[in-house]
Amino acid sequence: MEKRVRVLVAKPGLDGHDRGAKVVARALRDAGFEVIYTGLRQTPEQIAEAALQEDVNVIALSLLSGAHNHLFPRIVELIRGKGMTDVLMIGGGVIPDADIPTLKAAGIAEVFTPGTPTTTIIDYINANVK
Amino acid sequence: MNIAEELLKGSRLALSRAITAVENEYDDAVNIMQQLYPHTGNAHIIGITGPPGAGKSTLTDKLAKEYRRQGKTVGIIAIDPTSPFSGGAILGDRIRMNELTLDEGVFIRSMGTRGSLGGLSRKTAEAVKILDASGKDVILVETVGVGQSEVDIVKTADTTLVVLVPGLGDDIQAIKAGILEIGDVFAINKADHDGVDRLHTELEMMLDLNQKMTEWRPPIKRVIANRGEGITDLLASIEEQIAQSRQSGQFVERRRDRTKSELLVMLDEQVGRYVRKQLENYGKFDELVSSVESREKNPYGVVNDIMATILQK
Repeated sequence: MEKRVRVLVAKPGLDGHDRGAKVVARALRDAGFEVIYTGLRQTPEQIAEAALQEDVNVIALSLLSGAHNHLFPRIVELIRGKGMTDVLMIGGGVIPDADIPTLKAAGIAEVFTPGTPTTTIIDYINANVK
Repeated sequence: MNIAEELLKGSRLALSRAITAVENEYDDAVNIMQQLYPHTGNAHIIGITGPPGAGKSTLTDKLAKEYRRQGKTVGIIAIDPTSPFSGGAILGDRIRMNELTLDEGVFIRSMGTRGSLGGLSRKTAEAVKILDASGKDVILVETVGVGQSEVDIVKTADTTLVVLVPGLGDDIQAIKAGILEIGDVFAINKADHDGVDRLHTELEMMLDLNQKMTEWRPPIKRVIANRGEGITDLLASIEEQIAQSRQSGQFVERRRDRTKSELLVMLDEQVGRYVRKQLENYGKFDELVSSVESREKNPYGVVNDIMATILQK
């Protein structure tokens, strides 16, 4: 049995828009990944704990509410605190270009903004997953 | 880290990594399972099965909460189908269980079927053992949404709960073989929907016709899982079944059958691997394929010849 890449697609915070997350989840499924989708309005603590229980290789955070500068780094911190040092964390959604360097400095490996082809995300995961 | 040791000390990360090791058949998987096996056998394993959309995940969530109220720890394995085309999967059962995520007495793991067709994933039984070794009192195994014949859950669970909903078919469906034969307890979910009385009657009639039912007649409980109605009563029925099964000896008998079939499956796998390896040395396998394809030889004779040659060694 070959290893399957497991990806947690999560929507942190007060944000009811999950069309994008579902499109990405479906694309990742079709790329052969096991996608764990936990639904809307998750706290950083819930996302980090779900990532641990599912032993995912990738956490893909989707956020359109504007709270990414607060929520994304918090999730990175919680994940590291659980000893999961090898998880690839990526983000997507309505995120201003100006915020991306800060998010990367906080440990988000890459940020995908609106208009990104799903193949770009898949290729990125395949190239960077541990 | 030594995964088995850390797991037995209570590490949730080690528990999670152990399931991954087994699921991906990493080299250390057998070693981990050997260390954990002496610590298994204590949890009660409850299978939850039924058609897609019957409310299995919601019911699993509610049963877990009820067990938590009783002070018991709970492990959950939730299985969803793997795509036969891409090998990928969307594992979405956690959506209904988010309130359990931060409860330290609960551990939830989603698994894709990865080619297994019986309603479970290939490594469900091992994942159950890992949760068992971690000290969970109750393990809930939620199958994929099943049709009629995905009944592997009975080989893994001590108690099987079949979840049905009104409106899926007529009474002939109820006398067919398959999932309706495996229920120790039945739950009719969405009991506020039309057709619930008819479904209840049809199930009772099906049970009336069951000749093998000697000491335990599976109870039928109506629930509305998303509102939490009927859950306490359902859980009481499950507990009653567990007590009765232990008292009648059925519990021990089922576990013995399970151990036996697990040993046979492992033996089959080992023998299969050995034969395939020997086949590489045997050489001319591709030629044999061609000669069978051209009808020069027949597959039955070829298999007999191969077996005779390999087993001679």
